[in-house]
Parts: sequence; C-alpha cells; structure tokens
Amino acid sequence: MFNHTLMDTKKIDHIISLSNDLRWQIGDEFHDNLAEGIYADAAEIVKDSVHKKDEKGTFRIDAKIDKIITSRIWGFPLMFLILAFVLWLTIVGANYPSAMLSGLLLDTVHPALKGFAAAIGMPWWLDGFLIDGVYLAVAWVIAVMLPPMAIFFPLFTLLEDFGYLPRVAFNLDHLFKLSGAHGKQALTMSMGFGCNAAGIVATRIIDSPRERLIAIITNNFSLCNGRWPTQILIATIFVGALVPASYSGVLSLAAVIAIAVLGMVFMFLVSWGLSKTVLKGEVSTFNLELPPYRPPRFWKTIYTSIIDRTLIVLWRAIVFAAPAGAVIWLISNIYLGDASLAAWLIDSLDGFGFLLGLNGVILVAYIVAIPANEIVIPTILMLTVLVTGISAGEGAGVMFELDSVSATGDILRAGGWTLLTAINLMLFSLLHNPCSTTIYTIYKETKSLKWTLVASILPVIMGFVVTFLVAQIWRLWS
Amino acid sequence: MEVKPKSACETCAQFNADGLKKLGVNTTDFDYVVALAGNPNTGKSTVFNAMTGLRQHTGNWPGKTVTRAEGAFEYNRQKFKLVDLPGTYSLLSTSEDEEVARNFILFGKPSVTVIVVDASRLERNLNLVLQILEITNNAVLCLNLMDEAERNNLEIDTRTLARDLGIPVVPTSARYNRGIPELIQTVSELANGKIVCKPHRIKNIPKNIEQALEKLSAEIKQVYPDIPNSRWIALRLLEGDKNIIETLKTGEFV
Repeated sequence: MFNHTLMDTKKIDHIISLSNDLRWQIGDEFHDNLAEGIYADAAEIVKDSVHKKDEKGTFRIDAKIDKIITSRIWGFPLMFLILAFVLWLTIVGANYPSAMLSGLLLDTVHPALKGFAAAIGMPWWLDGFLIDGVYLAVAWVIAVMLPPMAIFFPLFTLLEDFGYLPRVAFNLDHLFKLSGAHGKQALTMSMGFGCNAAGIVATRIIDSPRERLIAIITNNFSLCNGRWPTQILIATIFVGALVPASYSGVLSLAAVIAIAVLGMVFMFLVSWGLSKTVLKGEVSTFNLELPPYRPPRFWKTIYTSIIDRTLIVLWRAIVFAAPAGAVIWLISNIYLGDASLAAWLIDSLDGFGFLLGLNGVILVAYIVAIPANEIVIPTILMLTVLVTGISAGEGAGVMFELDSVSATGDILRAGGWTLLTAINLMLFSLLHNPCSTTIYTIYKETKSLKWTLVASILPVIMGFVVTFLVAQIWRLWS
Repeated sequence: MEVKPKSACETCAQFNADGLKKLGVNTTDFDYVVALAGNPNTGKSTVFNAMTGLRQHTGNWPGKTVTRAEGAFEYNRQKFKLVDLPGTYSLLSTSEDEEVARNFILFGKPSVTVIVVDASRLERNLNLVLQILEITNNAVLCLNLMDEAERNNLEIDTRTLARDLGIPVVPTSARYNRGIPELIQTVSELANGKIVCKPHRIKNIPKNIEQALEKLSAEIKQVYPDIPNSRWIALRLLEGDKNIIETLKTGEFV
C-alpha cells in the first residue's frame, strides 16, 4: 500500500478527470486504432525475423485430417466410433487384471487377515468393522475400479493430447447453439466424462454467466468415471446375457454407449429448457482455435495419466469407500427391535423403489453412496446379501467376495433383480444427484445456494420420472 | 524420479546443472517470482512442468488451465517461485477467464515474466507479447513448439527477434525438454539484473492517442515515480477501465 499525501490525492483526481477529457477528444475509435497499431508492430517484427522456406508443410496435413474429422457426414459417426473403441478396449481389457486383483485381495489377503485377527484374539465387532467392513470395501474398489480407470484415462488423455477435443467442440457447436448454450460446453462436457467436479471447474472458459450456469447444471449428465464401471458391470451381467456369448460383448457395449448418448441428449434438452425459461438470453459467439494435431508422447502420457488421474481418483474412491464400508457394517449390525437398521431402511423404501422399477436396496445404496458414485455397486451387493440372507458362513454386513462377474449376477438375481431393474439402475446411475465433491464444487463456482440446490435436485427428480415411466410402460407391456 | 541423460547444455559449465533443483510444489521462502504468460495452447503448462519437475495436467486444447498453478525451482542457491497463468489472447479485453492473467502481470509484480509463444504462430502471438512488454521491464520470450515450426519449414531469426523486442529470446521444445536449461539460465540472469531489457514499446499508434498517452503518463509519473508501466496505466485510463481507476487511488501496483 501507498500512503498518499493530500497533494497526491488531488493529483490523482486530476489524472482521472484528465483521462476522461482525453477520452472524449480521442473518440470511439481508440480501441480499434490501438489494436491496429499493435498488429502493425507485430507484422513489422515478424517480417524481419520469420522466414518460410517453402509453402509445403504440415499445415496441409492438419487441414486434410480436419476435413474428415469435422465433416458433416463423417464427424458424428467418427466420434461415436472413437467412443465405442475406447469403451471396448476398457471393457475387454479390464477383465483380466480385475480377476487377478480380486483373486489376490479378496481370496488370499482377506482370509489371511481374518486368520490373523483370530490368532491375536481381536473382538468380533472390531474384526467385523475393520476387516469385513473397511477392508472389503476398499479391496472391492481397487479390484473393480482400478483396471478400467487405468485403461480409460490414458486413452482419453491420448485423445486430448492429440488435439481431438476442440474438434468435438466444433462438431457439437451447432447442437449446443440450438439448445441455447455455449459451444465451449462441449469441452466441459468431455472433461465431465472423466470427472464432473473437474468439468465444472473447466466451465470457467465460458465467459457469459448465463451459459456458464447452464454448463454447470448440466455437467452431471456426462457419465463420470465413478459411474462408467457401474454401467459396464450391469450391462455385462443383464444386457449381455440376452444374446449368445459371442455377441454379448457387443450388445453390452452398445447398451453403455446408449446410456452415455442418452446423457448427452438430456444435456441438450435440459440446456434448452433452462435457456428458454429461467436462464433466457442470447447465445454468445466465440472463437475456438483448432490447435494443430500433435503426436502424443505415448509413454509419458500413459505414465502421467496413470499417476495423476488414475491414482488420485482411486485414492478418492478408497478414502470414501473405507468409511462407507464401516457405515454399511454398522447399519447392518445395529438393531432396532428385531430388525437391523439397514433392513428397516430397505423395507421402508421398498414400495417407492418398486414404483421406479428399482428396489429398497438400490435406494439405500444411493443414499450411502452420496460421497462417491464408485461405491454404489459394492453397497448394493452387500445390502442384497443382507436381505436375501444367501451369505451362508459370513456375518451380517460383510461384503460378498466377487471373484467373477457371474457370481455378482447370481447375487443380484437372488435379490429379485430383473432386466427392468438393471436397465432402470443404469438410467438412475445416469440421472441422480451429483456426488458430494461435485456438489461442493458447484457451490464454490456459483457461490449460490439456490443454483447448487437446482443442480443437485433436478437430476434426481428427472431420474425418478424417467425410471417411473420406464417401469410403468415395461409392466404394461409384459 | 526419472533419470535422464544430461543434454549438452546441462553438462556445460555455463549452465551449471548441479545448481539446479526442481522443487515441485514447495514454494516457501522464494527469492523471486516468475510469471508464465502466453496465448492459450502454446504449452505454458508443459514449460511449467519442465521447469519445476511437476506434472500439471496438460492437454492439446485452448483453455485447459483455468486457475493459476504454482511451483518452484532452485538455481544457484536462489529459489524461484513459478506461477503458471491461464492462457490469454489479450490484456485489453474484460473476459473473466483472462482476468487472472491480467491482474497477476500488473499487480503480482513478478520479478521476471516468461512469455510463452507458439513459434509457428508468432505474428498472432505477438499481440499479447507487445502488450505485456508495455507493463513489465523484465521479460523473456520463450519461443516454444520449435519442433513444430521446424516441421512447418519456418526459420526464425532469434537474434533479430530479440533485438526488435528488446528482450532475450529462447527457442524451446518443452515437450522434449529442449531449451529448458537455457530458459532457466536466462530467467536467473534477468532476475539478478545480469541482463537488462529495453522492451519494445508499441510504435504504430495514431498521433492523437500517442500525445494523450504522453500527457497522462507524465502526470502519473509525478505521483508514482518508480513504476515502469505508466504508459500502460494511461492506456487503461483512456479505455475507462474501472479496475485501474480504483487501483490508481490505492496505489496497489506500486
């Protein structure tokens, strides 16, 4: 800070009034004249120091690639093909390491820990709380989530480094404009496919507060990485099983893509709805530079995206899974009268769940899993086991050991799941409240309790409506 | 940590590789603040990572960095705090995402400003460079993405460029760590006053504007004799920038 004397203050006032006078004298063209002046300087400097050796160069190759990737005919199909290829690699590639990890963590380490606890005479409740609650939740998250993330994130980062994202924005610009939103929302949407909280921070690139708010509220319709594994697992068990084994991979892939695309459809519809009602306004124009294609540095990208993204997201999942595992164990072992707290909750939500084509277990799981979408499936499994009582030998609140996808399917079917339950779970996974981290990020970015509430509640209501309609139509039909 | 073979520059006595320590996020007790500015998608975050040893997420699209990131390195026993600013095309606009960069360069008083430009798109990038040079006396031009410029058959005469701009010019390919040792060396010399810049000031301004600028700038200097950017403040006053009028009163940029 500067301590002004009285004379200085007078001088400053004089400067300000002088600048006002001068502004009038110079007139409106000031800004344009100045910009022209700067560009003239730049042109002179470049003329002396930059020389082009010949006209051929990679600019032309870039232009050729762009002609195909951003063409009216090929732009969209290529986008879906690339998405399909990335997902296919993720689904197929994740199976083997997943099986290995669950074999190690659940079949080998878990019994060993149990044995150790018994050997040192750990009390049953502490052993249950720590090993069956906390440890199993964490182990499940690592075994099921790490492999798909370790494949999906690097692939996504490679595309990002190559320069594909701005082209996606270019392709989708027209649709966003039609829905009254900003074209750069395509970029924040893409970031949302990794993590909604990251996507919401990225909306800062949108200048207009109106369009930025639309981008923030609708970012949740991008399936985030915490929800991809849920989609993939449920599609594999229930949708893939509809056709012979040789086609099941393709069909479950198609189902997952359909959900992701449906999310984009909802994003456009809600953006349109908002821009026609509470967030009315003009669509702003903007410049988007299409950067040159840059060959990604393959190994470096793989390394950094595994270290930075995968491990950070995994760490977050573990941080939330551990207490969630503990909570699950607790609510299944605290009794109100003759039923456990969990059984009581599930019972009371079962009726509402049935209306939505879901069940009480799923709704309780979504309440427990507000901190992180990643733990929805393990919570559902654990609670299902609790309700159906098929876990002979294990105590209440013990997460089931899932050495294979088919074992998971068996548990869910024993819990009364049908194809309708599976489809509605996939829909509800797409359309429900954002996780607590995302909600907090929305609040930080909008600084408005009202918009945070809208962004959190709106998707749940949509989820209820959509699953309700699907359930009613399904039941009428069959 | 990755162990890399040392490049010719790093082993050269001139550079003193042993004096370099990448400090990551440890930014306490620094001697100098270095700002990293430039157009969107010119590789600022990549340069930032190369200098600090950090792994800020990078990506090939404009607008990736929306908040400023901080890191540090130590060179010849001096600690430098490095601030990676969001990309901006101009300091003259009023858009929100460019505000972080604008305010930091003007009010953050960095000891050195590293201006990262895309060598293949120099002319367009110079718009921002020339504006920054109105504000600060201590800057270095990081001519990044030289590998692409070479592939595009562009030849850049860095000496002429440095003479015209009045600041040091360092060609780099930050993705491959090329030129980073030289950049660090230059930043250190600038911070310690071993290199003195005589930055280019915008010349092609119509006479009436120029006269108004001179008048205002002289008045501003009377109140704040020590600031290097009275002309820029005059410019912003003519534009009617409310922010600047406010700070002129408080003297925040001193």
